[in-house]
Amino acid sequence: MRRLMPLALAAVLTIVCAVAATAAEKPLTFGLLLVGPYNDKGYSQAQYEGGKYVEAQQPGTKMLYLDKVNPADRPGVTIPQLVDDLAAKGATLILAGSDDMKDGIREAAEAHPDLTFVHLSGDDALTGKAPKNLGNVFSKMEYAKMMAGFSAAMTTKTGKIGFLGPLINDETRRLANAAYLGARYAWETVRGQKPEALTFKVSWIGFWFNIPGVTSDPNQVAGSFYDQGYDVIISGIDTPEALTVAGARKKTGADVYALPYDFKLACQGAPDVCLGVPYFNWGPPLLTIAKAVAAGTYKPGFEWLAPDFAALNDPDKSPIGFTEGNALSPETKKALAQFIADIGSGKINLYAGPLQYQDGTTFVQAGSVATDKDIWFTPQLLRGMEGASASK
Amino acid sequence: MTGRTSSLARAGFSLALALCVTLAIVAAAGAPPLTTLAVMLDGGLGSGQAVLRTLSALVPLLLCGAALCVTFAANLWNIGVEGQITLGAVCCVWFLRDLGLAGLVPPFLAVPGALAASMVGGAAWALLSGVLRTHGRVHEIFSGLGLNFVAMGVSLWLILGPWKRPGMASMSGTEPLPAALWLPALGGRPMSLWGLILAVAAFVLVAWVLNRTFFGLTLSAVRQNAMAAERLGLRPKRRMLAAMALGGALAGLAGGVLVAGLYHRLIPSISGNYGYTAIMAVLLASGSLRFLPLACLFFAVLTVGSIQLPLALSLDSSLAGVVQGVLVLTLFAARRLWPAGNTGSTGGTRNRGSAA
Repeated sequence: MRRLMPLALAAVLTIVCAVAATAAEKPLTFGLLLVGPYNDKGYSQAQYEGGKYVEAQQPGTKMLYLDKVNPADRPGVTIPQLVDDLAAKGATLILAGSDDMKDGIREAAEAHPDLTFVHLSGDDALTGKAPKNLGNVFSKMEYAKMMAGFSAAMTTKTGKIGFLGPLINDETRRLANAAYLGARYAWETVRGQKPEALTFKVSWIGFWFNIPGVTSDPNQVAGSFYDQGYDVIISGIDTPEALTVAGARKKTGADVYALPYDFKLACQGAPDVCLGVPYFNWGPPLLTIAKAVAAGTYKPGFEWLAPDFAALNDPDKSPIGFTEGNALSPETKKALAQFIADIGSGKINLYAGPLQYQDGTTFVQAGSVATDKDIWFTPQLLRGMEGASASK
Repeated sequence: MTGRTSSLARAGFSLALALCVTLAIVAAAGAPPLTTLAVMLDGGLGSGQAVLRTLSALVPLLLCGAALCVTFAANLWNIGVEGQITLGAVCCVWFLRDLGLAGLVPPFLAVPGALAASMVGGAAWALLSGVLRTHGRVHEIFSGLGLNFVAMGVSLWLILGPWKRPGMASMSGTEPLPAALWLPALGGRPMSLWGLILAVAAFVLVAWVLNRTFFGLTLSAVRQNAMAAERLGLRPKRRMLAAMALGGALAGLAGGVLVAGLYHRLIPSISGNYGYTAIMAVLLASGSLRFLPLACLFFAVLTVGSIQLPLALSLDSSLAGVVQGVLVLTLFAARRLWPAGNTGSTGGTRNRGSAA
């Protein structure tokens, strides 16, 4: 007790000196909860920069953010507690960035009926579990994944494409499926190759990033893809191992490529093997929400935003984009531009039937097109893909 | 100087040095040093809500710290606390899900039963390490570390596999349990009074066992000389296993409290590094039960207060980890730097069982 008495005294003194948090009078203060580090060059940074974009576009708007909101980084901290904190600091709009925050954000929304909540991910508003003040917003990343698949299939020489998957759920299955659909289109329709000559294999590591001793090591999985003759890897995980491994293999003379995920500038890690990156551009959708909330016109619901195909990489327009990598050949770039234009105009719809799941059951019947709900709740990988549809 | 003033002076010296070094490093990192510390302390103790949160972080730390004191008393490095927390949480969720929800257990028995199950789970996991040590000659540091990974794998497998939510597996964990199966909360969501009561009770129990019982005395004998203890017929292997089981049960209880009192479901990495943090707390208290609650409180305040760094100052929240690490390291170092600290005993710090 004696020893730590001075510590307690110091604590009290410092608190007395503490600068009181001054909550300035400003039009809109919003809180943003990020699952990973704000500067992860991946999923969380994309959201952080979206928040910064809102601050820049709406002078006076203030963002309060907290990163690494996950039980491993912040033991014992729950979403409702953080929302209490954000509310106390004046936030009236709360944005939660990850699927993991599903239960917490629902609980917080129920506890704070006067605040507006938007879960960037999730489907509570679709399944009817959400209280009135909670909406879901997500972007149709599927289309950017199609572009990734397209670029991969246009580039591969061996006809073998690897997909480095995270854990298995509806979202990750539908993104892998989208990449496959893009790849199949490029392979069969643009390159005129035989369907059976394309191998598209999904390997799940078990989590969004590497946890030594728990997940498969993405470096090993990527390396083993290349060892088995796969020459392009599409990454579905939040960290850049696929690109790093491709870069290292390239240095030893291998002709291999990779496509990272999430963040606009993700190619920077190894530009000469990067075919491109499907990324989130959260600025425009967050700005729309912030404006609507400030004006009192926001109606919580389930929004799944389509890309702006005509202005795909315009930071002020499309909620997702596809950065072309240095390793993309000029011919592929041209074909990709055409592909994007055709999807945008509706000339191509890769979700048109007939499409089957891996076990042969029907996903989309011939003559019809998958609805958003069909796509959102994806129970299996598609026929033609290799890899597990469910964890055993 | 009398012993009392000397130890006070030494504590003051240590603390002043630790604060200076920490402030210098915070300043070097480009943050306003005094404000940073003030914000952290304020975040941990500055309001009723903050205090409740700190207390809620204190519960698992105190339970794990008490668990570690038991095993340290038998000279066992129980590094596997994380895994024991996880297994405790798994057993707790299993009990609540498969027995509580299914109505096989009357509601008023569901939560106590689940906490008991969590203690059994933690104890069993610790005994694995213990048996490997006593009968397999595998050092408990290695088995504990290995079993931590296994426990994490088990919990992830359950969340993504057998216990996944209807329709989809999610990293947000298993389906939340109904409020009837929660530890009753007190004064705001984060805190469950029962968790604190259990933690304090466990701490008192450990203090009593180590200091006032024959069992505590034998552990001390085992620690000081296992061979002599053997010759005296104290059966050191059995004592070590008992210490591991008791420690494991307390760590498992921490897992149970995290499930029933805080998260209300099984989530990935539910142990949240409390096990490792508790090791630091026990080291900071030099294994002395007397100082353990304060050391745990110190870490609880830092953990809870650090959340304010990005919120209030837009600082990278990793800085909190740096502050925590530097403070602990300099506190350790400063104790040795104090002129009198080298000669005398280090403030009774070796008398691990000398509480109260």
